[in-house]
Amino acid sequence: MDIVGQLQKQYVDFSTSLYREGFLDDQFIQLQKLQDDTNPDFVVEVVSLFFEDSEKLLNNLATALQQQVVDFKQIDAHVHQFKGSSSSIGANRVKNMCVAFRNFCEENNLDGCMRCLQQVKHEYYLVKNKLETLLRLERQILEHGGTVPMIA
Amino acid sequence: MDAAVEKIHVLAVDDNIIDRKIVERLLKNSSCEVTTAENAERALEYLGLIDKNQGSGNYNRASKVNMIITDYCMPGMTGYELLKKIKESSHMKDVPVVIMSSENVPTRINECLEEGAEMFMIKPLKYSDVKKLRCHLLQQYSG
Repeated sequence: MDIVGQLQKQYVDFSTSLYREGFLDDQFIQLQKLQDDTNPDFVVEVVSLFFEDSEKLLNNLATALQQQVVDFKQIDAHVHQFKGSSSSIGANRVKNMCVAFRNFCEENNLDGCMRCLQQVKHEYYLVKNKLETLLRLERQILEHGGTVPMIA
Repeated sequence: MDAAVEKIHVLAVDDNIIDRKIVERLLKNSSCEVTTAENAERALEYLGLIDKNQGSGNYNRASKVNMIITDYCMPGMTGYELLKKIKESSHMKDVPVVIMSSENVPTRINECLEEGAEMFMIKPLKYSDVKKLRCHLLQQYSG
């Protein structure tokens, strides 16, 4: 198998595992469908925005949870944002973690919230890593003159 | 008369930068011209409904907007409140307003529809949602 074939196989295997393990859901496929020759960098742009936005949100959450008097409404607002963007990008596990997080906010449960922050951070960094790998594989395929396989 | 509206001009309002980018691309890929606003106040300014700088110039821009699509949950003025302001205005009240939300709350949906929202859509939006919207709008214009 030539290099493009190898890369394409790697890509398909890796991609499939991401969906199987619930890191990504159908929404990511929808995003890929929005990309075309007139907007070849759309997915990379959205993913980059997601990374920037998420890191800001995680910092805001950490700060908010460290306050003397914790403002659960403010925290819930941040988590709502995070849930929204992770859902829009198809980061399924991050989204689910945000749902749990919001429940603890509603209960004004500080311990629960702090645990959730750690868990959501963990899930975020996992999916960030996966997405970076996926996009890197795409780049390599294109650099070698191949086309990126469509995952239905 | 040739009633074909070739480029539907949509004003898309959402405080989430990722959602704004996705909605914009979805609409542009569906042959719409898109202006985005990051909150309701900006949207109202664009439409000339807030008197920041005696917006008589804004009336011209606003009259080119064929549809407004807005997120429901936004800090400050919500999408619902934006909808009300638009429906209260004499020159924008007939422009269709679509509300989007990530949460499927029946009372919220009814409240928006009763206030005159054209449609209520659940986020994240897909191509099929935008197709539905376009069909709906084009029916209105050709009817």
